[in-house]
Amino acid sequence: MATVTERAPASNGLRVGWTFDWVESFLFVVKAFSAFVILWGLIGYIALASSGEALTGEALRDLIVAGVAQGSMYGLIALGYSMVYGVLGFINFAHGEVFMSGAIVGYFTADAFFRTGMWTNNFYVSIVVVLLAAVATSTALAVLIERIAYRPLRGAPRLIPLITSIGVSFFIQNAVLGLTGPTVKTYPPLTEVGLPEWVTGRVNFGIFAIDGTKLIAVVVALLSMLVLYQFVTRTKTGRAMRAVAEDKEIAALMGINVDRTIVTTFAVGGSMAGVAALLWAILFRGVNSFTGFLPGIKAFTAAVLGGIGNLVGAMIGGIALGVFEGVGPQTILFGLRWEVPLWLGLVLLATGVLAVVSGRARGTSRLYLPGAIAILGGVAGVLSWSQTIPGLFQIKDVVAFYALFLVLIFRPSGLLGERLALEDRA
Amino acid sequence: MATSTKPSIESAGEAARPNRPASRIDWRKTAKLGFIGGLTTVFIVAIGMLEAFDRRILIAPILSLGYLAVGWVPFGSGYMASKQDVVEGAIDSQSAISKLLAGALTGGITALFLWLLAVAVDAWDMRGIFVKLSPGVVELLTFGRGLGSALAILVGGSLLLGALGGGASMLSERARRGLFGALSWVFVVAILQVVVNDLNGWFRTHLYDINGGLTVPGAMVVAGGAGFVAYRFAGAVGRTRARLHSGEATVPSRYRIVLGVVLVVLALALPAFLGTIVNELLANVGLFLLMGLGLNIVVGYAGLLDLGYVAFFAVGAYTTAVLTSPISPRFKPMLTVDFLAAGGWIVLGVVVLAAIVAGILVGTPVIRMRGDYLAIVTLGFGEIVRILFLSDWLSPTFGGAQGVRQIPAAKLDVLDVTITGINPKSIFYIVMVFVAIAIYVSWRLSKSRIGRAWAAMREDESVAAAMGIDTVRAKLLAFVAGAILASFGGMIFAIKVGSVFPNSFELLVSIIVLVVVIVGGMGNIPGVIVGALVLIGVLGGPTQPGVLAEFAEFKLLIYGAILVYMMLQRPEGLLPSVRRSRELHQEEFLQDAWIVSTQVADETAEATR
Amino acid sequence: MRNKRFRYLLAVLAAFALLAAACGDGTSETTAAPGDTTTTSAAPDTTAPPETTAPPETTAPPETTVPPSELGTVEVAAGEAIQIRSLQAITGDVSFLGIPNQRATELAILDYGQIQGHDVNMGQGLDDLCLNEGGQAAGQTIVADTQVVGVIGTSCSGAAVAAAPLISAAGMVMISPANTSPALTSDLQGNPGTDFNVGYYRTAHNDLFQGAAAAKFVFEELGLTTAAAIHDGDPYTNGLASAFRSAYEALGGTVSVFTAVNKGDTDMTPVLTEVAAGSPQLIFFPIFPPEGDFIVQQVGGVSGLEDVVLMAADGLLVSNFLALPESTGMYFSGPNTNFAAENASVTGVTPTDFLATYESTYGEAPSAPFWAHSYDATIMLLSAIDAVAVDNGDGSLTIDRQALRDELSATSGFAGLIGSLTCDEFGDCGSQEISVVLHEGDADATPTNVQFSAGREDLLPLITGG
Repeated sequence: MATVTERAPASNGLRVGWTFDWVESFLFVVKAFSAFVILWGLIGYIALASSGEALTGEALRDLIVAGVAQGSMYGLIALGYSMVYGVLGFINFAHGEVFMSGAIVGYFTADAFFRTGMWTNNFYVSIVVVLLAAVATSTALAVLIERIAYRPLRGAPRLIPLITSIGVSFFIQNAVLGLTGPTVKTYPPLTEVGLPEWVTGRVNFGIFAIDGTKLIAVVVALLSMLVLYQFVTRTKTGRAMRAVAEDKEIAALMGINVDRTIVTTFAVGGSMAGVAALLWAILFRGVNSFTGFLPGIKAFTAAVLGGIGNLVGAMIGGIALGVFEGVGPQTILFGLRWEVPLWLGLVLLATGVLAVVSGRARGTSRLYLPGAIAILGGVAGVLSWSQTIPGLFQIKDVVAFYALFLVLIFRPSGLLGERLALEDRA
Repeated sequence: MATSTKPSIESAGEAARPNRPASRIDWRKTAKLGFIGGLTTVFIVAIGMLEAFDRRILIAPILSLGYLAVGWVPFGSGYMASKQDVVEGAIDSQSAISKLLAGALTGGITALFLWLLAVAVDAWDMRGIFVKLSPGVVELLTFGRGLGSALAILVGGSLLLGALGGGASMLSERARRGLFGALSWVFVVAILQVVVNDLNGWFRTHLYDINGGLTVPGAMVVAGGAGFVAYRFAGAVGRTRARLHSGEATVPSRYRIVLGVVLVVLALALPAFLGTIVNELLANVGLFLLMGLGLNIVVGYAGLLDLGYVAFFAVGAYTTAVLTSPISPRFKPMLTVDFLAAGGWIVLGVVVLAAIVAGILVGTPVIRMRGDYLAIVTLGFGEIVRILFLSDWLSPTFGGAQGVRQIPAAKLDVLDVTITGINPKSIFYIVMVFVAIAIYVSWRLSKSRIGRAWAAMREDESVAAAMGIDTVRAKLLAFVAGAILASFGGMIFAIKVGSVFPNSFELLVSIIVLVVVIVGGMGNIPGVIVGALVLIGVLGGPTQPGVLAEFAEFKLLIYGAILVYMMLQRPEGLLPSVRRSRELHQEEFLQDAWIVSTQVADETAEATR
Repeated sequence: MRNKRFRYLLAVLAAFALLAAACGDGTSETTAAPGDTTTTSAAPDTTAPPETTAPPETTAPPETTVPPSELGTVEVAAGEAIQIRSLQAITGDVSFLGIPNQRATELAILDYGQIQGHDVNMGQGLDDLCLNEGGQAAGQTIVADTQVVGVIGTSCSGAAVAAAPLISAAGMVMISPANTSPALTSDLQGNPGTDFNVGYYRTAHNDLFQGAAAAKFVFEELGLTTAAAIHDGDPYTNGLASAFRSAYEALGGTVSVFTAVNKGDTDMTPVLTEVAAGSPQLIFFPIFPPEGDFIVQQVGGVSGLEDVVLMAADGLLVSNFLALPESTGMYFSGPNTNFAAENASVTGVTPTDFLATYESTYGEAPSAPFWAHSYDATIMLLSAIDAVAVDNGDGSLTIDRQALRDELSATSGFAGLIGSLTCDEFGDCGSQEISVVLHEGDADATPTNVQFSAGREDLLPLITGG
């Protein structure tokens, strides 16, 4: 119901300066510059690594492994985002807090076992009970949130539940803070509990070595994802979920209980977050009420990276994000200290100009972007740019958020594409 | 509203049950509400509210805020238990006795929970998990009289409170308004002690107790006055509200002008009467109001959910800092913020320029994004800005972790006034000038062609685009206007505090400004003003204390609860913009229309048969 | 149409300006004006301070001292209490630092007793939020009450940057038990820090001393020549890591990597990998929990750091961190907290007595090491008030603000829990005793195994480059 009473004449005076497509041009510049920086960093890193000035070998391997482990946590949490988004079409901001609550309750369970000596004498029983406690908490909380905060908002404009979920997130975070205090709660150690040597040490696969805990985390995360995938694709409930994601009204007409399906979706997402909580505890051990917030945002980023609504995409996006932010600063940002040699700069400049000119001549715009990147590289070579960044690790979150932004510019539907049947009503 | 410490969320969407036979208590509902109430009070005690608020006396010597935080629950649940969702036109079928009983029972169940909590805390030390459950809590819960008598006091008191709540639900609409008006005004006057004292010393001696809190006669006077006014004018309020929802013009324009003039004069005269503390408080309110008005343009008018709004605030603050501070690491133009000399206007100009650039940089890439993607990307931008200001990489320019300090005070040489954080009164006047500008700009924009374009875009972008609205321009303008207002806020913040550190620009600031806009009323200027006054004034900003210092610990919890509650109950806010509330309730209107039309169809079918 | 609107707006703004002028704010200079000299023609301001008619100083630089007569006095009527305030970080994640300080102030007031027949009232403990804004808001609350004589606070240097100018301008004094930023006092070479204010004192050490002591220990005692430093973006940790770096390089060592983590990070592998690339023999990370916990837990899994020496500072001297098995064998630099038994305050209380009282009063041990500094700061303030307060014979007291400052500045050889306190001209009064302790698995208490201590005389040459 638009309320514009008079149609603006096409040539109203305000349109001066907007004759060219401002957004396209801007995005073109952003794309070209980002791609140029990434390529420069990569080439620079390779050049520096070959002369032994940058990270290589074991250190790089450890970095990638850590990134994958961290990323598989993101991926597990991202599954919850993805599923809820697929079914209800909004970002459940509070999902990070669902994960955090599982981790906190898991801690109190583990701590109780530790103080009674069960943890060391009967480790496997304890860890299973801790896992169950974490999963039960996360699942229950996810379902409760849906019941109280989201169900009344069915059919509201999409941003209303999103804003609600921000409120829920803050409420849970600060409720846990108020109940349990701000101190970091450290899970009891995994040493001296009779675990096999490889878990607390390293596993060697010839050239490849990985910490046992990280290996477990990655394997469990992938297994959980596979189980979930089977569940969604093979079972009746899974089919119902997909039907509801496709079209709620028609699904209801087909005899699917929409409310129950949505609750199941929240519960499954919550249980995945519970599994992630325990893996988190194994990897990092320390949790408090703010543990969930940043991983929650990162996990959503991961879900978008992989293509929201796409389960495999969520996991791949998570691992990609973990690797980006773990490895990116050390390689790409580190590589920026490398100066583009003058000869290469001149070559690039020539190539770039040639590409743009021939593109114009042939009337194709496909050569513009590579051309612009090459020209930028040329300018960098001629002006001998270099950028040594201290405290690389400080800006890893910049890398993560920028990665999200770039993915949305280059591929708005994510790496693997969205599997959504929601009409696009922003 | 008065007791916004509402951690529980009413289970909304309770479908109206078919009318039961009279004088029957709905046991299920009673038990459920009692249970929810019990859990709520246990939660309130366990997060430490009872103990933390106990020092704040509301009515000396009988009521502290701590007991109020617990006591309103049985009253409220009793009220809810006996209140029936009366279907229009049907007769309320419950008898008075059963109403009182239902209320009392609910209250009693609530109290049982509390007593059990006291017993449990007394028996086991649970501080390993729940840090706030100390012996002091038992002391408070049992009124220091041992567990046995506590059971009697608690349950007796709660039965009474619940019954009162049940009774309240039986009153006529007017009487209920009078009662709630009286209660909430007593609460408001009690917590605003510091403000009222500033106005005139007479109140201090006549209304308040020497150790804080209202005296009993004082409370009675306030309650009587407020109750009478609320009772007398209940109808007018209801009518206005009804008119609001029907979308007619609410207040004739000449009244509006008179009201506006009165408010402006009040605002101008007020700081002169107020002391340092209240002026400081109001300066903070003004700062958030300025940001709220800016975000209102972005979210309220244009419907773009920007969660990284703090980035513009940071840009304004850092621009000012770099331009004025003598110890700014790289650039030291060392301008003074003096609006009667070139320096001040240069600073203002550069701040505006920086904001425009930031607005375009943030706004352009997200123009084609869906609403929720836009939210998360802007959130990312906000974080990116903060991290860059904090980073060692840019510390040669922005000071990194050490921030930029020694930002000089603003000066008005002609009037011989130095405006510094040391003198909140002058800061408050400066804030007010900018707020006035922001209000004027917002108001002009909303009434202009671009405002109509935003409204169209908000409702349906593709239709708006098809109607020939340049959505790119509209969105960019919204971002830029919002960015400029926020950067003014940043500029004032910098000269007020005299230093900027990156930690002042957390995501939390964006969220709180969003809550101010939403609670006040999206897209409505008076709404945003009320939202800022109520929230920032009473609870405080992310790092600014409000009237109640005790809230510091629970501020964010309450903000979260308020946000959820508003979204579920009144998504249009306290003072809704007519348009927005219609948009938000469109579903319901459609629903009603559909019901009516089917009924009509049925009737015609009947008739023709 | 539009023009008319604009004129109208201008008129409103002009009215504004006139009104502002009428309610003129007198002249309050940045940091050198006597309180809030507000005169309102409209109504008597009930909270107005005693009027002083200062000539307008239009171009006073921020660091001018004010002639003594201008600071005015505080009159305490018979039977009324002397007002002081506590301003510490008592909520949020730094509350472990601020709460013991506030409690120590409370206990010190009890120990000291009355001043010339008047009680001392601390009011409600104020919160600095560990932020400049928090310091400013609380500072406004303090200066609004013109009866306040002095303030004990803040916990965080960032808060002091904003609070000190306010308190200084109001003529009050401020003694911090925990600020360590050199900018607040001086660089110890005779130049005032950028954020120095008259009337500001502290019993905490100056960061430059801790940086120098840590560097000296690493370079001379451990004999290590390459180190890495990690901060977390907090002004305190960033300043301390920088102080360590400059002192260490002055000694001839190399800081091969100087980097940072972010608050909220959990996976420390990337930053530790970056550190490992510089192959340091020691990592100095003067940060806070929980990031410190993650570093110490994950450092073993990074190749190249298997036998690196770990050293942190007082930010990690908290029981939770010491309880981690991985933290055993670490060094910690910090203010000397192993006070000699013969250290006794002028109240006759020894550290042992204090701790016993603290535990019996609050049911726990102090969670951070600055309680003694806080106790001393409070006693120092009360003694100074005692010395300058003049009894007017009718039971009322007059406290001259300038005299109080002079008295505090002249503090020398004052007996405190942390040792002997002597104030320099920029308000550094601490004993500047820094020690490095080795943590040997004593989980519940502060490590007692002192490896190294140094004081003012040992460290000054290194700081001043002399």
